Amino acid sequence: MHSPSKPSGESLRRGLREEPGWVKWTLILIAVSIVSVLILIPVIHVFYSAIAPGVEDYWYEHGGDVATESGATGSASSDGNWFGALRQGFSAYYDNLFLDVKTRQSIVRTLIVAPSAVLLNIVFGIAAAWAVTRFRFPGRTVLISLIDLPFAISPVVAGLMLVLIFGAQGYFGEWLQEHNMQVLFGLPGLILATTFVTLPFVARELIPVMEAIGSDEEVAAVSLGANGWQVFWHITIPNIKWGLLYGVILCNARAMGEFGAVYVVSANRADTMPLRINQLFMESNDAGSFAVASVLTSLALVSLLAKVILERKTRKQMAEAARMEIPAEV
Amino acid sequence: MLRQTSEQFSEQVNLQDFAMSISIQNISKTFGNFKALDNVSLHVPNGSLVALLGPSGSGKTTLLRIIAGLESAESGNVEYHGEDVTHRAAGERNVGFVFQHYALFRHMNVFENIAFGMRVRKRAKEEITKRVRELLSLVRLENLERRYPSQLSGGQRQRVALARALAIEPKVLLLDEPFGALDAKVRQELRQWLRRLHDEIHTTSVFVTHDQEEAFEVADEVVVMNKGRIEQVGSPQEVFDHPANTFVMDFLGNVNVFHGRVQAGFAHLGSLALDYPEYPHDQSSPAVVYMRPHELDIERLSNGRPHLAAEIVRIQAAGAVARIGLQTAGDNLAIQVDLSASRFAELGLKNGEKVFIAPKRVRVFVDRSPEYVI
Repeated sequence: MHSPSKPSGESLRRGLREEPGWVKWTLILIAVSIVSVLILIPVIHVFYSAIAPGVEDYWYEHGGDVATESGATGSASSDGNWFGALRQGFSAYYDNLFLDVKTRQSIVRTLIVAPSAVLLNIVFGIAAAWAVTRFRFPGRTVLISLIDLPFAISPVVAGLMLVLIFGAQGYFGEWLQEHNMQVLFGLPGLILATTFVTLPFVARELIPVMEAIGSDEEVAAVSLGANGWQVFWHITIPNIKWGLLYGVILCNARAMGEFGAVYVVSANRADTMPLRINQLFMESNDAGSFAVASVLTSLALVSLLAKVILERKTRKQMAEAARMEIPAEV
Repeated sequence: MLRQTSEQFSEQVNLQDFAMSISIQNISKTFGNFKALDNVSLHVPNGSLVALLGPSGSGKTTLLRIIAGLESAESGNVEYHGEDVTHRAAGERNVGFVFQHYALFRHMNVFENIAFGMRVRKRAKEEITKRVRELLSLVRLENLERRYPSQLSGGQRQRVALARALAIEPKVLLLDEPFGALDAKVRQELRQWLRRLHDEIHTTSVFVTHDQEEAFEVADEVVVMNKGRIEQVGSPQEVFDHPANTFVMDFLGNVNVFHGRVQAGFAHLGSLALDYPEYPHDQSSPAVVYMRPHELDIERLSNGRPHLAAEIVRIQAAGAVARIGLQTAGDNLAIQVDLSASRFAELGLKNGEKVFIAPKRVRVFVDRSPEYVI
């Protein structure tokens, strides 16, 4: 704390901060503008549009009455009017979300599909990252490239590939029909499509982490008598847990928002939330469409919050670790 | 203080009971085209502390990992006390392995690191706590059990790694470059500490090093390795004084190397002619002559003994030994001579002085023939 190098470092940093004043403000302005126009305003607008139709209806229905009752001096009762308008807005919002059977089903479907895809991705991601980082085998680099393929392929094409395999005319179509199983137009197809599209997230996050950590600790655990599962649960998982959680959050966000692949697979028979939003929008039901959109956006914001908390928590842990004094060498 | 805790420890757990001899027979191992070990056999006696010494790529770490079961040999056997463990997994061999970079579990504190081996063996909680505390005092880290590896210094990490390896009551303790990642002062302390620790617990131990000083200081026996083969096995004294071949001679400490010839009972090196009765033939043959700097003396007068005339070009007199650099008169060979401080003071040598180098001991190797000592 009182080391002599500290003040000079401080003043140096201050100097660097002062020098490019106008550059700093210009850059901040540009960044804030871009974030506002592209992200902040649209997100706020989604929530606004979800409530606004109900509010407008209220004004439309009650607007004349209000004017005549309170006359020109309506400031006292205008609070009540605002409250009423908001209440109607929210009540319409609620109706749009939960009284519409198809919308309700789409929300439930997304809440099943996304976690299922995430679960499959955790299993695949850990297995793939393990294979790629712990073993050297022919075709290893090809495998690494293949993991990235879903990022490069259009989701619509991914959906079509599933139709090709599981559709009535597909490779397994007949066999599935004989055994009275349905993959497309239902949850299995949606989960498969979503998993395919989000396949790289967990593996991509884990490969560099596992590469950096190396296998030394695992070998040490083996030498101490741990079996495979013990090594996995007590050494590997704790070491990769933050990377894994990060991958899961990204994967979940993408899984909930997936549109193209599930659009092809569902063929309008089993909507998830994004598909439902599109459907309602096409039917010119803006209020319903934005209501579902607001739920999806909320889930995205929860993901973002989880990510921020996660990052803050790891930072705090590291700071605490660093604060403990180190004794002199003995 | 350390001695005390160590003695207490050995009374309490009595590691001697678990000590074992190690026997390796005809081990070979290749990585791709690289022959890491070439038909290596070695016996490590019960309770001894053995150093595997060699340059990088000599196969010493591979041999250690094969002993531990972390690497499998292509052919040959590993036996612990006469019991064949070649096909047994590392975890079943009950060896304590200390890794070069410690490989401490970064998400566990010191206590949990040491306890891990006992936890996976499902030992009782009280037993684990008791033993971890004992080991912590053995390695002098009593107050640091809640620390994480990232909060420890290099020397502390090294001792945690050692305590962790000892926690499973290993039959054999194996250490891969145990002091390699430490700075010079800490390394020196830990070397002596390891030696004392071994004297207390007597677990059969093998450690890998590329530093001959470290091997000589710590080990009972030194195994010199090169290119996947064992060049020589012996006590530090034996290996240093009677190197089996040119590689061992070269590898162990400073040495002046000259290429000369042998003919009719003499070895010729420039103007120097040395008795070499092992080669009585009239036909001359090339030979390598080795002279250690401390086995050479400097004299003002030739005295009729075999000598080389030389000129002093450099004197470095700081420290216990005065290092003198010389150049021979005829063939301009560079020679280094180490004199004791008292001898150096007695002679009062100056730069540029013309003197005679008198070998006290010379080793001549003709086609890797046995050494000849004057």
